[in-house]
Amino acid sequence: METENTVQELTSLARAEITIEIGGVPVRVHSANDNFLGMLERRYAGFVTLGSNAGFEFDIELAEPGSGDADAELRVTWDSGRWRVERGDFAAEFNPLTRRGKIRQSPNPYSIDAVFRILHTLLLAQDGGFLLHAASAIRNGKAFVFAGVSGAGKTTIASLAPADATLLTDEISYVRKDGDHYAAFGTPFTGELGKPGENVCAPIAGLYLLEKGPLNHIAPVNAAEASRAFLANVLFFAEDQELVRSVFHSACEFVDQVPVYRLTFVPDSRVWEMLT
Amino acid sequence: MSRRLYVARSRSVAARKLGDEMLIMSGRDSTLFTLDEVATILWEAADGWKPLEEIVEEKICKEFEVERGEALQDAVALVEGLAEHGILLLSSEPLSEPKLQGRIDR
Repeated sequence: METENTVQELTSLARAEITIEIGGVPVRVHSANDNFLGMLERRYAGFVTLGSNAGFEFDIELAEPGSGDADAELRVTWDSGRWRVERGDFAAEFNPLTRRGKIRQSPNPYSIDAVFRILHTLLLAQDGGFLLHAASAIRNGKAFVFAGVSGAGKTTIASLAPADATLLTDEISYVRKDGDHYAAFGTPFTGELGKPGENVCAPIAGLYLLEKGPLNHIAPVNAAEASRAFLANVLFFAEDQELVRSVFHSACEFVDQVPVYRLTFVPDSRVWEMLT
Repeated sequence: MSRRLYVARSRSVAARKLGDEMLIMSGRDSTLFTLDEVATILWEAADGWKPLEEIVEEKICKEFEVERGEALQDAVALVEGLAEHGILLLSSEPLSEPKLQGRIDR
Protein backbone atom coordinates (compact mmCIF):
# COMPACT_ATOMS: atom_id res chain seq x y z
CA MET A 1 0.00 0.00 0.00
CA GLU A 2 2.77 2.37 0.94
CA THR A 3 4.58 1.75 -2.36
CA GLU A 4 1.38 2.36 -4.30
CA ASN A 5 0.79 5.69 -2.56
CA THR A 6 4.35 6.78 -3.25
CA VAL A 7 3.98 5.94 -6.92
CA GLN A 8 0.75 7.94 -7.09
CA GLU A 9 2.36 10.93 -5.43
CA LEU A 10 5.34 10.82 -7.79
CA THR A 11 3.02 10.58 -10.79
CA SER A 12 1.10 13.56 -9.53
CA LEU A 13 4.26 15.58 -8.99
CA ALA A 14 5.59 14.76 -12.45
CA ARG A 15 2.39 15.91 -14.14
CA ALA A 16 2.49 19.48 -15.43
CA GLU A 17 -0.15 21.88 -14.20
CA ILE A 18 -1.36 25.45 -14.28
CA THR A 19 -3.69 27.25 -11.86
CA ILE A 20 -6.17 29.79 -13.23
CA GLU A 21 -7.95 31.95 -10.70
CA ILE A 22 -11.15 33.69 -11.79
CA GLY A 23 -13.44 35.37 -9.27
CA GLY A 24 -11.13 34.33 -6.46
CA VAL A 25 -11.59 30.62 -7.24
CA PRO A 26 -8.33 28.90 -8.21
CA VAL A 27 -8.84 26.05 -10.69
CA ARG A 28 -5.85 23.81 -11.26
CA VAL A 29 -5.53 22.08 -14.62
CA HIS A 30 -3.28 19.04 -15.09
CA SER A 31 -2.10 17.95 -18.49
CA ALA A 32 0.77 15.93 -19.87
CA ASN A 33 0.93 18.27 -22.86
CA ASP A 34 3.23 21.25 -22.20
CA ASN A 35 2.20 23.01 -25.40
CA PHE A 36 -1.43 22.95 -24.31
CA LEU A 37 -0.56 24.32 -20.87
CA GLY A 38 1.57 27.01 -22.52
CA MET A 39 -1.40 28.02 -24.66
CA LEU A 40 -3.58 28.27 -21.52
CA GLU A 41 -0.89 30.31 -19.78
CA ARG A 42 -0.91 32.85 -22.61
CA ARG A 43 -4.68 32.94 -22.95
CA TYR A 44 -5.31 33.37 -19.22
CA ALA A 45 -2.32 35.62 -18.55
CA GLY A 46 -3.21 37.82 -15.58
CA PHE A 47 -5.36 35.06 -14.10
CA VAL A 48 -2.60 32.46 -13.66
CA THR A 49 -1.56 32.10 -10.04
CA LEU A 50 1.30 30.36 -8.33
CA GLY A 51 -0.48 29.64 -5.04
CA SER A 52 -0.60 26.09 -3.73
CA ASN A 53 -4.34 26.11 -3.02
CA ALA A 54 -6.82 24.93 -5.62
CA GLY A 55 -10.59 25.27 -5.32
CA PHE A 56 -11.01 22.76 -8.14
CA GLU A 57 -8.71 20.41 -10.04
CA PHE A 58 -9.17 19.03 -13.54
CA ASP A 59 -7.25 16.38 -15.43
CA ILE A 60 -7.20 17.10 -19.15
CA GLU A 61 -7.22 14.29 -21.67
CA LEU A 62 -6.45 15.63 -25.12
CA ALA A 63 -8.13 14.22 -28.21
CA GLU A 64 -7.05 14.65 -31.83
CA PRO A 65 -6.93 18.30 -32.97
CA GLY A 66 -10.13 19.45 -34.63
CA SER A 67 -12.23 16.61 -33.30
CA GLY A 68 -15.84 17.38 -32.34
CA ASP A 69 -18.36 20.04 -33.23
CA ALA A 70 -18.29 23.21 -31.08
CA ASP A 71 -21.70 24.23 -32.47
CA ALA A 72 -23.40 21.11 -31.16
CA GLU A 73 -25.93 21.41 -28.35
CA LEU A 74 -24.54 21.93 -24.87
CA ARG A 75 -25.88 19.71 -22.10
CA VAL A 76 -25.24 20.24 -18.41
CA THR A 77 -26.73 17.51 -16.25
CA TRP A 78 -26.44 16.25 -12.70
CA ASP A 79 -25.80 12.52 -12.55
CA SER A 80 -24.76 10.35 -9.58
CA GLY A 81 -23.15 13.14 -7.60
CA ARG A 82 -21.35 14.69 -10.55
CA TRP A 83 -22.00 17.45 -13.01
CA ARG A 84 -21.63 16.24 -16.59
CA VAL A 85 -21.01 18.84 -19.26
CA GLU A 86 -21.05 17.79 -22.89
CA ARG A 87 -20.82 19.54 -26.20
CA GLY A 88 -19.63 18.22 -29.56
CA ASP A 89 -16.05 19.36 -28.94
CA PHE A 90 -15.63 18.29 -25.31
CA ALA A 91 -16.93 16.15 -22.47
CA ALA A 92 -16.29 17.05 -18.86
CA GLU A 93 -17.43 15.90 -15.47
CA PHE A 94 -16.70 17.05 -11.96
CA ASN A 95 -17.65 16.21 -8.44
CA PRO A 96 -18.50 19.28 -6.36
CA LEU A 97 -17.70 17.45 -3.11
CA THR A 98 -14.22 16.19 -3.99
CA ARG A 99 -13.72 19.27 -6.19
CA ARG A 100 -12.08 17.17 -8.85
CA GLY A 101 -12.99 16.50 -12.43
CA LYS A 102 -11.75 15.63 -15.88
CA ILE A 103 -12.09 17.13 -19.32
CA ARG A 104 -11.66 15.40 -22.66
CA GLN A 105 -11.16 17.85 -25.51
CA SER A 106 -8.94 18.64 -28.46
CA PRO A 107 -5.98 21.00 -27.83
CA ASN A 108 -7.86 24.27 -28.32
CA PRO A 109 -8.58 27.08 -25.83
CA TYR A 110 -12.30 27.38 -26.55
CA SER A 111 -13.50 24.09 -25.09
CA ILE A 112 -11.89 24.63 -21.70
CA ASP A 113 -13.12 28.21 -21.77
CA ALA A 114 -16.68 26.85 -22.00
CA VAL A 115 -16.01 24.44 -19.13
CA PHE A 116 -14.67 27.28 -16.99
CA ARG A 117 -17.76 29.40 -17.66
CA ILE A 118 -20.10 26.55 -16.77
CA LEU A 119 -18.12 25.58 -13.67
CA HIS A 120 -18.25 29.15 -12.42
CA THR A 121 -21.98 29.54 -13.12
CA LEU A 122 -22.64 26.45 -11.03
CA LEU A 123 -20.35 27.53 -8.20
CA LEU A 124 -21.76 31.04 -8.17
CA ALA A 125 -25.36 29.81 -8.26
CA GLN A 126 -24.82 28.10 -4.90
CA ASP A 127 -23.66 31.37 -3.34
CA GLY A 128 -26.10 33.87 -4.85
CA GLY A 129 -23.75 35.01 -7.62
CA PHE A 130 -23.84 35.04 -11.42
CA LEU A 131 -22.01 35.20 -14.69
CA LEU A 132 -23.77 37.91 -16.63
CA HIS A 133 -23.82 39.01 -20.28
CA ALA A 134 -22.41 42.36 -19.31
CA ALA A 135 -19.39 44.59 -19.59
CA SER A 136 -17.97 45.94 -16.35
CA ALA A 137 -15.32 48.35 -15.22
CA ILE A 138 -14.05 49.89 -11.99
CA ARG A 139 -13.79 53.63 -11.52
CA ASN A 140 -13.15 55.49 -8.26
CA GLY A 141 -13.27 52.21 -6.35
CA LYS A 142 -16.74 51.28 -7.62
CA ALA A 143 -17.75 48.71 -10.23
CA PHE A 144 -20.20 49.65 -12.97
CA VAL A 145 -21.94 46.78 -14.76
CA PHE A 146 -23.46 47.24 -18.23
CA ALA A 147 -25.81 44.45 -19.30
CA GLY A 148 -27.19 43.81 -22.73
CA VAL A 149 -27.50 41.33 -25.54
CA SER A 150 -25.17 41.34 -28.53
CA GLY A 151 -25.26 44.74 -30.21
CA ALA A 152 -26.59 46.57 -27.14
CA GLY A 153 -23.26 48.36 -26.68
CA LYS A 154 -21.22 46.34 -24.16
CA THR A 155 -18.01 46.56 -26.15
CA THR A 156 -18.75 50.17 -27.14
CA ILE A 157 -19.18 51.40 -23.57
CA ALA A 158 -16.10 49.42 -22.46
CA SER A 159 -14.01 50.99 -25.21
CA LEU A 160 -15.27 54.48 -24.24
CA ALA A 161 -14.13 54.08 -20.61
CA PRO A 162 -11.78 56.87 -19.47
CA ALA A 163 -8.12 56.22 -18.77
CA ASP A 164 -8.66 56.04 -15.02
CA ALA A 165 -11.17 53.19 -15.36
CA THR A 166 -10.10 49.55 -15.03
CA LEU A 167 -11.75 47.15 -17.46
CA LEU A 168 -13.13 43.98 -15.86
CA THR A 169 -14.63 42.57 -19.06
CA ASP A 170 -16.42 43.67 -22.21
CA GLU A 171 -18.47 40.47 -22.42
CA ILE A 172 -19.02 38.30 -19.32
CA SER A 173 -19.18 39.89 -15.88
CA TYR A 174 -18.49 37.94 -12.73
CA VAL A 175 -20.86 38.97 -9.93
CA ARG A 176 -20.50 37.56 -6.45
CA LYS A 177 -22.28 38.22 -3.20
CA ASP A 178 -19.72 39.48 -0.75
CA GLY A 179 -21.20 39.89 2.73
CA ASP A 180 -23.89 42.54 2.56
CA HIS A 181 -23.03 43.76 -0.93
CA TYR A 182 -22.28 42.50 -4.42
CA ALA A 183 -18.86 42.69 -6.05
CA ALA A 184 -17.78 42.46 -9.69
CA PHE A 185 -14.58 40.60 -10.57
CA GLY A 186 -12.48 40.78 -13.70
CA THR A 187 -12.69 37.90 -16.15
CA PRO A 188 -10.58 36.67 -19.05
CA PHE A 189 -13.76 36.15 -21.11
CA THR A 190 -13.52 38.66 -23.92
CA GLY A 191 -15.98 40.01 -26.45
CA GLU A 192 -15.32 42.01 -29.59
CA LEU A 193 -12.73 44.10 -27.77
CA GLY A 194 -10.50 41.01 -27.58
CA LYS A 195 -8.93 42.31 -24.40
CA PRO A 196 -9.13 40.35 -21.14
CA GLY A 197 -10.16 42.17 -17.99
CA GLU A 198 -7.92 42.96 -15.06
CA ASN A 199 -7.96 40.40 -12.26
CA VAL A 200 -9.34 42.78 -9.62
CA CYS A 201 -12.71 43.40 -7.98
CA ALA A 202 -14.83 46.17 -6.45
CA PRO A 203 -18.30 46.64 -4.93
CA ILE A 204 -20.99 47.16 -7.56
CA ALA A 205 -22.36 50.71 -7.68
CA GLY A 206 -25.08 49.99 -10.22
CA LEU A 207 -26.35 47.80 -13.01
CA TYR A 208 -27.04 49.64 -16.27
CA LEU A 209 -29.28 48.11 -18.93
CA LEU A 210 -27.78 49.30 -22.19
CA GLU A 211 -29.65 50.83 -25.06
CA LYS A 212 -28.13 52.90 -27.87
CA GLY A 213 -30.09 56.07 -28.55
CA PRO A 214 -29.97 59.67 -29.74
CA LEU A 215 -28.90 61.11 -26.37
CA ASN A 216 -27.34 60.16 -23.08
CA HIS A 217 -30.01 59.39 -20.52
CA ILE A 218 -30.22 57.42 -17.28
CA ALA A 219 -33.55 56.35 -15.82
CA PRO A 220 -34.25 54.11 -12.82
CA VAL A 221 -35.98 50.83 -13.55
CA ASN A 222 -38.68 49.26 -11.38
CA ALA A 223 -38.00 45.97 -9.64
CA ALA A 224 -40.07 43.77 -11.96
CA GLU A 225 -38.53 45.17 -15.13
CA ALA A 226 -35.06 45.04 -13.58
CA SER A 227 -35.51 41.39 -12.61
CA ARG A 228 -36.74 40.46 -16.08
CA ALA A 229 -33.82 42.23 -17.75
CA PHE A 230 -31.33 40.82 -15.28
CA LEU A 231 -32.55 37.24 -15.69
CA ALA A 232 -32.45 37.61 -19.47
CA ASN A 233 -28.72 38.30 -19.18
CA VAL A 234 -27.74 35.63 -16.65
CA LEU A 235 -25.67 32.78 -18.05
CA PHE A 236 -27.15 29.55 -16.87
CA PHE A 237 -26.84 26.15 -18.46
CA ALA A 238 -27.89 23.45 -16.01
CA GLU A 239 -31.09 21.49 -16.46
CA ASP A 240 -31.80 21.45 -12.73
CA GLN A 241 -35.01 22.74 -11.12
CA GLU A 242 -33.48 23.49 -7.73
CA LEU A 243 -30.70 25.58 -9.25
CA VAL A 244 -33.15 27.40 -11.54
CA ARG A 245 -35.19 28.37 -8.50
CA SER A 246 -32.08 29.40 -6.63
CA VAL A 247 -30.85 31.61 -9.49
CA PHE A 248 -34.30 33.20 -9.81
CA HIS A 249 -34.45 34.18 -6.14
CA SER A 250 -30.81 35.35 -6.20
CA ALA A 251 -31.60 37.59 -9.18
CA CYS A 252 -34.55 39.13 -7.33
CA GLU A 253 -32.31 39.75 -4.31
CA PHE A 254 -29.67 41.36 -6.51
CA VAL A 255 -32.08 43.89 -8.03
CA ASP A 256 -33.46 44.53 -4.58
CA GLN A 257 -30.01 45.56 -3.33
CA VAL A 258 -28.28 47.04 -6.35
CA PRO A 259 -29.64 50.12 -8.15
CA VAL A 260 -30.70 49.26 -11.69
CA TYR A 261 -30.97 51.86 -14.44
CA ARG A 262 -31.72 51.97 -18.13
CA LEU A 263 -28.81 53.71 -19.80
CA THR A 264 -29.46 55.14 -23.22
CA PHE A 265 -26.27 56.48 -24.75
CA VAL A 266 -24.68 57.89 -27.85
CA PRO A 267 -21.31 56.37 -28.60
CA ASP A 268 -18.97 58.99 -27.19
CA SER A 269 -17.04 59.21 -23.93
CA ARG A 270 -19.35 61.81 -22.30
CA VAL A 271 -21.61 58.98 -21.17
CA TRP A 272 -19.04 58.08 -18.51
CA GLU A 273 -19.41 61.53 -16.95
CA MET A 274 -22.97 60.56 -16.01
CA LEU A 275 -21.90 57.53 -14.01
CA THR A 276 -21.25 58.18 -10.33
CA MET B 1 -69.31 26.08 -16.09
CA SER B 2 -70.86 22.69 -15.42
CA ARG B 3 -68.23 21.36 -12.99
CA ARG B 4 -66.00 22.84 -10.38
CA LEU B 5 -62.39 23.59 -11.23
CA TYR B 6 -59.65 23.54 -8.62
CA VAL B 7 -56.32 25.26 -9.17
CA ALA B 8 -53.00 24.87 -7.36
CA ARG B 9 -49.61 26.46 -7.81
CA SER B 10 -47.02 24.12 -9.29
CA ARG B 11 -44.14 23.27 -6.97
CA SER B 12 -41.67 23.25 -9.85
CA VAL B 13 -41.66 27.02 -10.23
CA ALA B 14 -40.09 29.93 -8.42
CA ALA B 15 -42.20 33.04 -7.89
CA ARG B 16 -41.79 36.47 -6.41
CA LYS B 17 -44.11 39.47 -6.22
CA LEU B 18 -42.46 42.72 -7.29
CA GLY B 19 -44.79 45.70 -7.05
CA ASP B 20 -48.13 44.71 -8.57
CA GLU B 21 -46.55 42.07 -10.78
CA MET B 22 -45.74 38.47 -10.07
CA LEU B 23 -42.64 37.03 -11.71
CA ILE B 24 -42.65 33.28 -12.12
CA MET B 25 -39.85 31.16 -13.49
CA SER B 26 -40.48 27.64 -14.66
CA GLY B 27 -38.01 25.23 -13.12
CA ARG B 28 -38.66 22.92 -16.06
CA ASP B 29 -37.29 25.11 -18.84
CA SER B 30 -36.31 28.42 -17.15
CA THR B 31 -39.07 30.31 -18.99
CA LEU B 32 -40.00 33.54 -17.23
CA PHE B 33 -43.62 34.64 -16.89
CA THR B 34 -45.03 37.92 -15.66
CA LEU B 35 -48.53 37.98 -14.23
CA ASP B 36 -50.56 41.18 -14.16
CA GLU B 37 -52.58 42.29 -11.15
CA VAL B 38 -55.63 40.09 -11.79
CA ALA B 39 -53.59 37.02 -12.70
CA THR B 40 -51.51 37.59 -9.57
CA ILE B 41 -54.65 37.52 -7.43
CA LEU B 42 -55.66 34.20 -8.99
CA TRP B 43 -52.15 32.81 -8.54
CA GLU B 44 -52.00 33.77 -4.89
CA ALA B 45 -55.44 32.29 -4.23
CA ALA B 46 -54.70 29.02 -6.05
CA ASP B 47 -54.45 26.84 -2.95
CA GLY B 48 -55.83 23.68 -4.59
CA TRP B 49 -58.79 23.67 -2.23
CA LYS B 50 -60.99 26.62 -3.05
CA PRO B 51 -62.87 26.23 -6.38
CA LEU B 52 -61.99 28.74 -9.09
CA GLU B 53 -65.53 30.10 -9.24
CA GLU B 54 -65.38 30.99 -5.53
CA ILE B 55 -61.98 32.65 -5.97
CA VAL B 56 -63.34 34.70 -8.86
CA GLU B 57 -66.44 35.69 -6.94
CA GLU B 58 -64.59 36.63 -3.74
CA LYS B 59 -61.38 38.10 -5.12
CA ILE B 60 -62.12 39.38 -8.62
CA CYS B 61 -65.80 40.37 -8.89
CA LYS B 62 -65.84 42.32 -5.63
CA GLU B 63 -62.51 44.02 -6.21
CA PHE B 64 -62.97 44.97 -9.85
CA GLU B 65 -66.78 45.16 -10.12
CA VAL B 66 -67.01 42.81 -13.08
CA GLU B 67 -69.84 40.52 -14.02
CA ARG B 68 -69.40 37.00 -12.62
CA GLY B 69 -69.90 35.02 -15.84
CA GLU B 70 -67.49 37.14 -17.84
CA ALA B 71 -64.87 37.15 -15.07
CA LEU B 72 -65.08 33.38 -14.67
CA GLN B 73 -64.72 32.84 -18.42
CA ASP B 74 -61.58 35.01 -18.47
CA ALA B 75 -60.21 33.27 -15.38
CA VAL B 76 -60.70 29.82 -16.87
CA ALA B 77 -58.88 30.86 -20.04
CA LEU B 78 -56.07 32.29 -17.95
CA VAL B 79 -55.57 29.28 -15.66
CA GLU B 80 -55.75 26.89 -18.61
CA GLY B 81 -53.02 28.89 -20.33
CA LEU B 82 -50.85 28.83 -17.22
CA ALA B 83 -51.50 25.12 -16.78
CA GLU B 84 -50.24 24.48 -20.31
CA HIS B 85 -46.94 25.99 -19.24
CA GLY B 86 -46.83 23.92 -16.06
CA ILE B 87 -47.27 26.97 -13.85
CA LEU B 88 -50.62 25.90 -12.38
CA LEU B 89 -52.21 22.53 -11.80
CA LEU B 90 -55.91 22.05 -12.66
CA SER B 91 -58.30 19.39 -11.44
CA SER B 92 -61.98 18.70 -11.05
CA GLU B 93 -61.17 17.44 -7.53
CA PRO B 94 -59.52 19.37 -4.67
CA LEU B 95 -55.73 19.28 -4.94
CA SER B 96 -54.97 19.91 -1.28
CA GLU B 97 -56.40 19.82 2.21
CA PRO B 98 -58.14 22.94 3.51
CA LYS B 99 -56.13 25.21 5.78
CA LEU B 100 -56.94 24.45 9.38
CA GLN B 101 -57.87 27.63 11.13
CA GLY B 102 -58.07 28.07 14.85
CA ARG B 103 -56.59 24.64 15.45
CA ILE B 104 -55.16 24.06 18.88
CA ASP B 105 -52.01 22.01 18.93
CA ARG B 106 -51.75 19.74 21.92
